[in-house]
Amino acid sequence: MNERKNKLISEKNHKAWLYLLPALLFLIAFMVYPLIDVLIYSVEEGYNFASQTYFGVGGYNFSYVLHDPYFLQALKNTFILVVITVPLSTILALLISTGLSSIKPLRDLYQTIYFLPYVTNTLAVGLVFMILFQKTEYTDGLVNLVIHFFGGSSVDFIDGPYWAKMFVLCFYTIWVVMPFKILVLTSALASVNPDYYKAAKVDGTPKLRVFTRITLPMISPMIVYLVITGFIGAFKAYSDAVALFGTDLNAAGMNTIVGYVYDMLYGDSGGYPSYASAAAIILFAIVLTVTCINLLVSRSSRK
Amino acid sequence: MNIVLENLTKEFPARGKRNSGSVKAVDHVSCQIPDGELMGLLGPSGCGKSTTLNLLCGLEKPTEGKIFFGDEDVTALAPEFRGVGMVFQNYALYPHLSVRQNIRFPLENRKGKDKLSKEEMNRRVEDAARLVQIEELMDRKPGELSGGQQQRVAIARALVKFPKVLLLDEPLSNLDARLRLKTREEIRKIQKQTGITTVFVTHDQDEAMSICDRIAVMKDGLLMQQGRPQEVYDHPANLFVARFLGTPPINLFAGEVRGQTLYLGGKPVLPAPGVPDQPVWTGIRPEGFILKADGPLECQMERVEVTGRDVSIISSHSACTEGTLRSIISSEEGAAAPTARTVRFALKPGKVFLFSKDTEEVIPLSGEGKEL
Repeated sequence: MNERKNKLISEKNHKAWLYLLPALLFLIAFMVYPLIDVLIYSVEEGYNFASQTYFGVGGYNFSYVLHDPYFLQALKNTFILVVITVPLSTILALLISTGLSSIKPLRDLYQTIYFLPYVTNTLAVGLVFMILFQKTEYTDGLVNLVIHFFGGSSVDFIDGPYWAKMFVLCFYTIWVVMPFKILVLTSALASVNPDYYKAAKVDGTPKLRVFTRITLPMISPMIVYLVITGFIGAFKAYSDAVALFGTDLNAAGMNTIVGYVYDMLYGDSGGYPSYASAAAIILFAIVLTVTCINLLVSRSSRK
Repeated sequence: MNIVLENLTKEFPARGKRNSGSVKAVDHVSCQIPDGELMGLLGPSGCGKSTTLNLLCGLEKPTEGKIFFGDEDVTALAPEFRGVGMVFQNYALYPHLSVRQNIRFPLENRKGKDKLSKEEMNRRVEDAARLVQIEELMDRKPGELSGGQQQRVAIARALVKFPKVLLLDEPLSNLDARLRLKTREEIRKIQKQTGITTVFVTHDQDEAMSICDRIAVMKDGLLMQQGRPQEVYDHPANLFVARFLGTPPINLFAGEVRGQTLYLGGKPVLPAPGVPDQPVWTGIRPEGFILKADGPLECQMERVEVTGRDVSIISSHSACTEGTLRSIISSEEGAAAPTARTVRFALKPGKVFLFSKDTEEVIPLSGEGKEL
């Protein structure tokens, strides 16, 4: 009896694996194999791209990358970007979507307007941002005109001091990631049963308390999702910086980790897949750690 | 707390281009709910009973008319100042809070001089929990409770602030049949124990009849009739009320009054003293039939249903608006249930109602009628 049951289960297992096979093959070929390959590249010292040879195996690539000032600059930039944009964009998105769900007239219009950045092209928008913030010999740019109007002195945000460039990058990143967050949060807010609000109203619950004690807990799974994907997205930032500061990010001092990886592979200093792989592995480790921490925090706060 | 509704009207504006014209969900409803009574607002879905409840608790503002709680005009008052407790159809318990936190929630909203001490809050939460017998569930989440238990938590949450008025919106509709019977008894018990004036919305006339002190029957926003359940059942004001109350439902016939006698299918069946000659709708309660070998109403036998307590005879008659008519006979009498093709009934006068064909209002029968 038991034996037959076991046999049945194992037969079922075989079938299940058969069904999974196509997907598994793709995953192995295009995800697992490259990952392992990157790992192998990252430990092969003195790898020569042309002759496909290397001297030995060890941690030199990591040590090189971690001592490379360009990488450290990229690391710093990425961390600043993450720390500023993820919380700020989530909070702003929460405020805007709360506002959107509490107004009735023209709600659809506002929703469309707020969603527009999502469907526009990153590079095109980056160009517009550049024109807005740039200061050249011919023009001060719109932003500088505004600063002038309020009595400040003009700053070149694109080719000027570090903080100005970082400000533009953060501003731009937040602007780009907001639409999706607003979309997700508005639908999360709309899915909260209105009876909860009615019950709270009958009990005379103050508005702020309704928001913190009812609305926020109800949509917290969506917020957690947005924070985690936000962290991952911000750590992988690259195209935003390129759109604003051009391809030579190291010279602009605005490189990101992914940008560094790209430069190591294809940039002017390119042809170093080992260093690129090492940097990629470091990024992977950082993202994994942060995501684990995120999940742990959200899980413990839910209990 | 006496509740008085005066000419209460709620009009919803037209929505969209297609359905122009506003909708009157509640249309000039006036009624009075005496202190400490359980009032059932009864009607089919869409009749405006839930809107009336929302007007009572202040979630909706009336277009016209006034609401008094006692002597106080609360028409313009926000819900939190009315002192109402509300139980929603789906209970609306906050899923992320434990039962204890859910019940405490209304108390924690209080500010300023109304603010309660921690001990006072705990004491009141415990009291409310004891009243609905959920003391052992206090640390669970609503998702871990059965429907009946959630219902009690919702009632406890409504009662914990000592409301002057308790409002229940279809409180039993999410429960299974057996639990419904039990819970309605409990609602009745709790209501009597606390003495809170309670309004209870339901579409189930059985529910309303069994536990309410008074019922108000609504249709299309209009108040059709109100009164003690038995009163309304025995003296329906119009065809709608007569058809809506009673399970099994009333049997309806197209009849005619000629010479102070009611004719069904061309045969005289009942004297109708004081009724002018006219075509009428005739409603006969299932219990209004008496098996009688020479009874005036002759029906074609269909089948007999035995429930133990009584016997239902299903038969057909040409004047009956439905396909069949159902008569309920006590099982002693029904033991001799006919097996012939036809069955003859005499009618109990108090169980037969005549309604005008034009207005569908009841036509009063003057004096005690006699069976033919």
